[in-house]
Amino acid sequence: MTGHRFSLSGAKLFALPSGALWWADEGLLAVSDLHLGRSSRIARLGGTLLPPYEVDETLAKLDAEIARTAPRVVLCLGDSFDDLAAADLEADHRLWLTRLMAGRRWLWIEGNHDPGPVDLPGEHLREMTLGSLTFRHIAEPGAGGEVSGHYHPKIRVAGPARPCFLIDTARVILPAFGAYTGGMEATRPPLSNLMAPGAIAWLTGPTPCALPLKGRR
Amino acid sequence: MRALPGPFSDWFERRGWQIHPHQQAMLERAQAPALLLIAPTGGGKTLAGFLPTLAELADGTHRGLHTLYISPLKALAADIRRNLTAPVTEMGLPIRIEDRTGDTSHSTRQRQRADPPHILLTTPESLALLLSYEDAPRIFAGLRRVVVDEIHALAESKRGDQLMLCLARLSRLVPGLRRVGLSATVEDPGAIARFLARHPDPCEVLHADPGPDPDIGMLETEEPPPWAGGGGRYAIPAILDEVRRHRTTLIFHNTRAQAEIFFHHLWLANEDALPIGIHHGSLSREARERVEAAMVRGDLRAIVCTGSLDLGIDWGDVDLVVQVGAPKNVKRLVQRIGRANHRYNAPSKALLVPANRFEVIECQAALQAVRDHDLDGEPRGPGPRDVLCQHILIAACSAPFDADDLYAEVTTAGPYAALSRADFDACLDFCATGGYALRAYDRWQRLMQRAGLWSLRDPRSARAIRMNIGTITDADLLKVRMRGRMGGQPLGEVEEGFAASLTPGDTFLIGGQVVRYEGLRELTVEVSRDPGRDPKVAVFSGSKFSTSTRLTERILGMLAQAAWPGLPAHTADWLALQRQVSHLPRADRLLIESFPAEGREHLCIYGFAGRNAQQTLGLLLTHRMEGLGLNPLGFVATDYATLIWGLDPVREAAPLLDRAALAEGLETWLQGNAVMKRTFRGVAQIAGLIERNHPGQRKSGRQATFSTDILYDTLRRHDPGHLMLKVTREEALRGLVDFARIEAMLDRVQDRFDHLRLSRVTPLAAPLFLEHGKVPVEGAARERLIAETAARLMAEAGLA
Repeated sequence: MTGHRFSLSGAKLFALPSGALWWADEGLLAVSDLHLGRSSRIARLGGTLLPPYEVDETLAKLDAEIARTAPRVVLCLGDSFDDLAAADLEADHRLWLTRLMAGRRWLWIEGNHDPGPVDLPGEHLREMTLGSLTFRHIAEPGAGGEVSGHYHPKIRVAGPARPCFLIDTARVILPAFGAYTGGMEATRPPLSNLMAPGAIAWLTGPTPCALPLKGRR
Repeated sequence: MRALPGPFSDWFERRGWQIHPHQQAMLERAQAPALLLIAPTGGGKTLAGFLPTLAELADGTHRGLHTLYISPLKALAADIRRNLTAPVTEMGLPIRIEDRTGDTSHSTRQRQRADPPHILLTTPESLALLLSYEDAPRIFAGLRRVVVDEIHALAESKRGDQLMLCLARLSRLVPGLRRVGLSATVEDPGAIARFLARHPDPCEVLHADPGPDPDIGMLETEEPPPWAGGGGRYAIPAILDEVRRHRTTLIFHNTRAQAEIFFHHLWLANEDALPIGIHHGSLSREARERVEAAMVRGDLRAIVCTGSLDLGIDWGDVDLVVQVGAPKNVKRLVQRIGRANHRYNAPSKALLVPANRFEVIECQAALQAVRDHDLDGEPRGPGPRDVLCQHILIAACSAPFDADDLYAEVTTAGPYAALSRADFDACLDFCATGGYALRAYDRWQRLMQRAGLWSLRDPRSARAIRMNIGTITDADLLKVRMRGRMGGQPLGEVEEGFAASLTPGDTFLIGGQVVRYEGLRELTVEVSRDPGRDPKVAVFSGSKFSTSTRLTERILGMLAQAAWPGLPAHTADWLALQRQVSHLPRADRLLIESFPAEGREHLCIYGFAGRNAQQTLGLLLTHRMEGLGLNPLGFVATDYATLIWGLDPVREAAPLLDRAALAEGLETWLQGNAVMKRTFRGVAQIAGLIERNHPGQRKSGRQATFSTDILYDTLRRHDPGHLMLKVTREEALRGLVDFARIEAMLDRVQDRFDHLRLSRVTPLAAPLFLEHGKVPVEGAARERLIAETAARLMAEAGLA
């Protein structure tokens, strides 16, 4: 499997080019910021009518990652839905999601976009601790062994920015997994302030690779 | 002959002026539904446009708005207000004149809506915004005339298409509205007349006396122009001599980057410290206004500029225009030359400065075309549908509408006269539902039909629609500021892509100074002053025009001559040598050369199809070569040729240029190209699929929207027949991809290919080796670059 192997508080983790995080010892696949239902939310609020295919794109990507890793646990690290109303998915998307959930534990961590339980199977939690790791949506300064999302980190190398993982000895911040998600330049505060000196950014995409977060610009 | 009303003839008399025949003619035809005046700059064109208005308003009985004046430039609207207010005041006429642009204060704009002046001077975008308000019928109730200034410039862009849709709307609000267009010299006045008039009204074309022929020539320099490049640096001493000899000189460049580099070196060579300024579209408004003010005061001896000074403020003191780089287009050249000597009946004086050896030929061909009054222009296609989509949204903001009525109204606009009902309905459907194959937005339509009328589902969306009015879509620009002090002094703007390529310590030119890149903060590029003289990076955006078809024909005509007594010896000798060792390109044949050089195999195709088409040809051919295992490594394109290099020689070029195969490459592979994505971004913004501005937009580091590239790829995968993709394709094929000119070239040469195998580089191909803008072929190239850069950075940081 292509990916970036690293350890956090003793847990052996694997960052995947899709933006998902794989914890083989626990059979756990974590994805963050799916933002399902984003285009319909924008439309509902009287905004523009974006191509309504982003749920299919995101679920297809998630489906492929689940097929590849066969996880026992799938953990969605918050902002899984663009808002709580967006969790009211179309019937075929709900069916697709149900099929993905079958036969495994499914955890919904709440995010700032989806602060509360949604009408879907699975466990709904504010945050979760498993072994030495804590999974929460927004990173907390000073925390250790923390896995979070929220910021949609991106970084530029030789061209337009690409989503990236940010990794140091205390935490990992996941890129957004959803199809229609923007991003925040990882070298700038508040993101850069969260990360310790020596942190690396692991770039996702066709040629994944690691580079230092600081001291490069 | 219709006499001038009393106060006017007195005023003309007091100044010792005579009314021009074309001004008289405009007065006589004041009642015509549409009228187009073609006049050179300085011909009293604006007064000719306004005389009938002033005459009608002189008795003080008209209530409300009478005349709307539209100009492409905000500065021009303000300038005309000053110029028009002076005679009105002197004649004591009871006429209120005001301008309204994006710079007008909120309170003034509110007052103008409640109590409009007699004459309102504005821009197409401000007019569209006015028409989006519910009270538009009241604002425009008394309107009699619309004067569109510089209509030749507006007619070349989507701004003109939007304006004509707005005029169609105005004509419906106030039947009997009369239209006047004021234009510089153009190749096809009839086309502009059809563009302007309410379809199918007639539109008479009046021609002012064009004045004497301009006094133009090529600048003689001691040093011959270089083989390649585009800066014209070699000519700086000669140009400085000309600046010394004239009162005020405008020095035009084709791109902003070239203007910056030239200005920098001009300043270093300017030993007499002549006051010289720079003006282009990437500079901050403050910087541009400073230069304009200095110019008006007569403080400057020269301005280095770009198309940003093609139009606008009348500077009577300019007595020389210098065009650096081949003009690419004869019509634009003639209009630029007209910037010199804004006095009627005095010849304009202009000098052309070829930037490289090939441009010597091009300049010579352009000079001949100007002398022959042979103007060029590529006809524009029908009105683009993204603009129509925006117009439909604007209509919905102002009032609920009936689709039949709106269709009838839209087809009275010249550019949309031939619009089919099906195309209109597709645009309406896009605005209402998104127009997707997957009907996902039934509950959340943007427009809803209620009792037969279309209106906004959510009235709050009007605000976002109004904030996104307009058809000018620049690439994403970042502001450049001096670091430190309160916010720092704004210097101008650079493209995001350029900013992304910078690392701290890089130096570049902006506003004529060398600055050092410090970093990116709050979407602003922060720089500091750099004492260095030579910027490390000197390339940022700027429009690159393709040489027009007409001018290209003339160039090929010149190449066919037996000898070139009209050309300088250095250029004539070069052509003679090419003819001796290879062939010279001909209009009815396609010259292809292949030869080894610098350890690589080269293929040079002299298509003379213009820069964009030659670039597309490079993309398509290298893709085909990749498929055939010919290992292409890269290519470079100019207006006249594409040079491809790779590992293996091309033995047979004809199969590569097979028309069906090229067209197929266009359909499949090129659709995913960056050029298409760039075009899509503009189309999607104009049509209202994505917003440039959003109410309550936060100025955070987070991208307000996700990349339009993602939307483009998603649409291509899930909805390949979508309206936005069709519009994108049409526009790219005419614009950046310019496949039409590749086809025209293939039509021109048929199967008459001359493929020569040579032992070394030929004289005509040699300059291409020095060209900038080389395109690497491997899609893998960027991936490799990323991996290498990352590995190096990790090693440097001690993390590897």
